[in-house]
Amino acid sequence: MKVLVAVKRVIDYNVKVRVKADGTGVETANVKMSMNPFDEIAVEEAIRLKEAGVASEIVVVSMGVQQCQETIRTALAMGADRGILVQTDQVLEPLAIAKMLKVIVEREQPGLVILGKQAIDGDHSQTGQMLAALLGWAQGTFAYKLEPKDGGLEVTREIDGGLETVRLRTPAVITTDLRLNEPRFASLPNIMKAKKKPLDVVGPDDLGVDIAARVKVLKVVEPPKRQGGVKVADVAALVEKLKNEAKVI
Amino acid sequence: MSALVLVEHDNAALVAATLNAVTAAKQMDSDVHLLVAGSGCDAVAKAAAAVAGVSKVLVADAPAYGNALAEPLAALMAKVGRGYSHIVAAATKQGKNVLPRVAALLDVSAVTDIIAVESADTFVRPIYAGNAIATVQSGDAIKVVSVRSTAFEAAADSGGGASVEPAEAVADPGLSEFLGQDLTKSERPELTSARVVVSGGRGMGSGENFKLLEGIADRLNAAIGASRAAVDAGFVPNDYQVGQTGKVVAPDLYIAVGISGAIQHLAGMKESKVIVAINKDEEAPIFQVADYGLVADLFKAVPELEAELNKALG
Repeated sequence: MKVLVAVKRVIDYNVKVRVKADGTGVETANVKMSMNPFDEIAVEEAIRLKEAGVASEIVVVSMGVQQCQETIRTALAMGADRGILVQTDQVLEPLAIAKMLKVIVEREQPGLVILGKQAIDGDHSQTGQMLAALLGWAQGTFAYKLEPKDGGLEVTREIDGGLETVRLRTPAVITTDLRLNEPRFASLPNIMKAKKKPLDVVGPDDLGVDIAARVKVLKVVEPPKRQGGVKVADVAALVEKLKNEAKVI
Repeated sequence: MSALVLVEHDNAALVAATLNAVTAAKQMDSDVHLLVAGSGCDAVAKAAAAVAGVSKVLVADAPAYGNALAEPLAALMAKVGRGYSHIVAAATKQGKNVLPRVAALLDVSAVTDIIAVESADTFVRPIYAGNAIATVQSGDAIKVVSVRSTAFEAAADSGGGASVEPAEAVADPGLSEFLGQDLTKSERPELTSARVVVSGGRGMGSGENFKLLEGIADRLNAAIGASRAAVDAGFVPNDYQVGQTGKVVAPDLYIAVGISGAIQHLAGMKESKVIVAINKDEEAPIFQVADYGLVADLFKAVPELEAELNKALG
């Protein structure tokens, strides 16, 4: 079974995000970029399926600017087999991404598509569900555990207050939650090897998808600043403040 | 036109977040309808009809909807929702699971996790885990929106008198099957809904030492969380993680113990109403967001805090 994994290049989770002065978005120039952490989990899960003999080939897809090739190379260094970049400078909304992924899925015919549950830039948490809808496939979102079984897939999902297990018909779309696995680091030899793995670059036009924005971003601002508070002398003073000033205990 | 709100429930009672979603929907369209999809969900339909400000409740009662599986539920919502101006749900795990699927079936975009309604087509939502706030305008005919429940008041769950009608039938796509549920039977509240959260960081030194926090947590009926550093160090499992790549919490009281305050952690807790930081490093960035900072060795301060709480709360 072929597995397709979608990865996104985002501002590294350790970078303090700065809102642009003109309110059009956040500053991405000269900022450290990395693979979306949930997508690393998606890549890792695909690799584990391959190591378990379930997956035969892992195709990694990314969409965005040319530098997304680096993100794909990271996935290839972790253990994916080949990459596809849909290169565009345009800002892509989840629906447009899902539509382009659908075309790629129809070409590649994977048995499983794994995505992160959300990207830590837009925080939409939409693409996987949208892709599943467009394909008419089952979806296993916020996956905690994945188990191929009886020709289908058993997915344990994170829900509010606990876990739920569902059986999905395959092919299916999975989105990863934090606890699914812990992604590996790519070793230096594997990073070198990844440079030779195939990476195709296509454009949105090649996929015949309309990627025009449906949702207009009117402005982006900083959240209200939190007032720095006071230092208290000791534990007794702290409890007194919490009880009588903040009134939260 | 009207707004349609998905009622989240367990076939017996409404999930409270639905009431917050109703308030948000009211700000989008004055006429609000509710959709109850479940199996043997009469009681929920009755409760929904009593919600203040709702004019109509549509009920789809069938085995396929018994466990809120995304595939049949989204198919139903896309069909029923066609005539509406807005399709709304709480941004719970269930809402997040099903709404984008509905949007794609209708070929419209989705606007998820909004914290304010500016007008019928313009919404405010946090991006970058709340480190930036975006105002967005949807150009689609049907707006599909999920609502962060902490940002809106709950609608009253009584006083309403909506009519109850059956929803039109939609075939189950038969793609998925519910096998079981394992709800956490912890004495403690769930992290994202707890009124008080006590979190430990790398300063805790070990997983064993997290037991120290239990006394305070018991006393305050708090959930226990952790920073990513504590999770990465293997002290506690990943589901404790508060932060950009973990859970985003906004309790009334957040107590950060031995947490330095990395950006990634702050992103997950800085919306808390009152923040307390206990750290021996007085330069720790956590103090910049804390309402009350205590520079102290946690191994001394935490037992003291437990004793003082016992005294203060009797």
